[in-house]
Amino acid sequence: MEPVVTQSEPALDQTPASPVVKPIVVKDLSLGYGRDPILTDVSLEVEPGEIVVIAGGSGCGKSTLLKGLVGLLAPIKGRVWLEGMEVTGASEKVLSQVRRKIGVAFQGGALFGSMTLAENVDLPLADTARLSKAARQVLVRLKLAVVDLDGYEGYYPSEISGGMQKRAGLARAMALDPTILFFDEPSAGLDPITSAELDQTILKINHALGTTMVVVTHELNSIYTIAHRVIMLDKSDKGIIAVGPPSDLRDKSTDPRVSNFFHRRPRN
Amino acid sequence: MIHKKDMPSFQAVLQGEGGARTLSLSGRLDVYATDLLVARFQQITSTTGLTSLTVDMSQVAYLDTGGVMALNVLQQQAAEAKVQVALQGVSQQAQGMMDIIHYDELKPMPPKPKRSPGGFVGAIGKGTFELIKDVSDVIGFVGTLFLALGRVIRRPRSLRWGDTELYMEQVGVDGLPIVGLISFLLGLIMAFMSAIQLKNFGANIYVADLVALAMVRELGPIMTAVLVAGRSGSAFAAEIGTMIVREEVEALEVMGFDPPTFLALPRIVAMILMMPLLIVFSDLLAISGGLVIGVTYLDLTVYGYVQQTMGALAVSDILLGAFKGVIFAFLIGGIGCQRGFTARGGAEAVGRVTTSAVVAGIFLIVVSDSVFAVVQYYFL
Repeated sequence: MEPVVTQSEPALDQTPASPVVKPIVVKDLSLGYGRDPILTDVSLEVEPGEIVVIAGGSGCGKSTLLKGLVGLLAPIKGRVWLEGMEVTGASEKVLSQVRRKIGVAFQGGALFGSMTLAENVDLPLADTARLSKAARQVLVRLKLAVVDLDGYEGYYPSEISGGMQKRAGLARAMALDPTILFFDEPSAGLDPITSAELDQTILKINHALGTTMVVVTHELNSIYTIAHRVIMLDKSDKGIIAVGPPSDLRDKSTDPRVSNFFHRRPRN
Repeated sequence: MIHKKDMPSFQAVLQGEGGARTLSLSGRLDVYATDLLVARFQQITSTTGLTSLTVDMSQVAYLDTGGVMALNVLQQQAAEAKVQVALQGVSQQAQGMMDIIHYDELKPMPPKPKRSPGGFVGAIGKGTFELIKDVSDVIGFVGTLFLALGRVIRRPRSLRWGDTELYMEQVGVDGLPIVGLISFLLGLIMAFMSAIQLKNFGANIYVADLVALAMVRELGPIMTAVLVAGRSGSAFAAEIGTMIVREEVEALEVMGFDPPTFLALPRIVAMILMMPLLIVFSDLLAISGGLVIGVTYLDLTVYGYVQQTMGALAVSDILLGAFKGVIFAFLIGGIGCQRGFTARGGAEAVGRVTTSAVVAGIFLIVVSDSVFAVVQYYFL
């Protein structure tokens, strides 16, 4: 793939017989709330084990795209496949199958305030795996240990810091060892050290488990650290304006919107 | 328990003879298989005469946290049974998983926080202290409210009249349909129940007196207040509670606004202004309910029923009902806002203060109504 491409055109052979199923395939996706679409005709593909960052200014539809990918927002048109299974227009049964293979780490952690961290992480396990309670307890502690939260099993979300809440949210997203992880602004509102630590956790999981990751963020430092490829969205184009490794977008892009973003320059 | 659809797809076969044997694992060692794997491994490590075990993982298709945990349990049990374990044929995927999951490095679970000592007696003591604190909080809040009210009386513009109008609409206008319906049905039921008895004595016309007096003096204010507590008292607590949780109240404070004046007073004033009107509306609808039964079931005329009702009621009855409404509104609105301000934490706290606002509101309605009954009996 060219380093800087405006609007990528993925090959869309997602028949079950195809030897390597791409974890994420999106074709001509239009998303929005109400009548006006926020994104139109977005097409993209993500390779297995790849970390793709969805970047762009405020209001460009980053989080909307994420919601469209995980099936939280029904598209105006277009199709989405996760692990070879179509999400758009899928039955509840198929959706629940797909959702066992993905994990979503929400912006504020989205932990349930009435449950301890252990109970939060245990929730997907208890619902799906039907393991003995003792085994689940150990699994939960192992998951929390991956995000350096062992020892905090009995704490409630309100008793820990924002960064810890995000990490606990990540542990819950990883409860079923998903093959795709989605992150919504993982470093928003964190101090630089905590933010860097979270980036390292993301990389650690990606290296060890080969998990495919889609990260919505506009933190440049995070983008340079974790992204294999950046997909840049723009509000006026209502779609993808550039795709490529972050350093290429920074150094080689001729689109002022892209270079302004990567050089942290004001619009005018 | 493992369900059929989650049946694991793994095999663990122990091969060889004597002390040194090979365990061939194949298939998916995943979270669905963990329990069965642990049980199988237990069986294997307790094999008599086993001294060393080579675990062949070359046929393992997938290993997840559950599988790693089971393997760790195997190693632990083997160590206890003095059996040497070696893993071989570990795939890249399995190695990655084993690199990130460290079973042996789990920190010990911190002890659970101790429950307050003392059992039953302790619980009563704790409850009493909580009650005392709660009562003193409420008294403190009432004081704050009166101070705020004093400021508003000196400078009427300091009350947010725009908000007050909005809450008047929410409490009053939006409450009309449900208050009307419940009151009408209550009047209907009361007339019907009393008619069955009074008909026997040929005292049909006194149904009008009964409905009018019971509703206007007692049930109208109480029913309306209970409905308002459920509709609006709860809403006040939830709104202010959510604002506390989202730090909006702190934002108000640092901008120099007084939260009780800004948030509580418009709500309480709106409720005080609307409640008497709702009560009079409720009285009218309840009497209409009685009228329907009187006309259709007891052969009374509309004129006769209305005349009898007017004869039974004094203006003071209606005014007293409306005055009760003012007191009820102060209590419901006040406790709703006060409970809202005590919310700490998240969504759960908002739910808790909302429930508490309704329960405390209804409790205060009943208590103050009893006080009214006593005062009315001895002094009026």
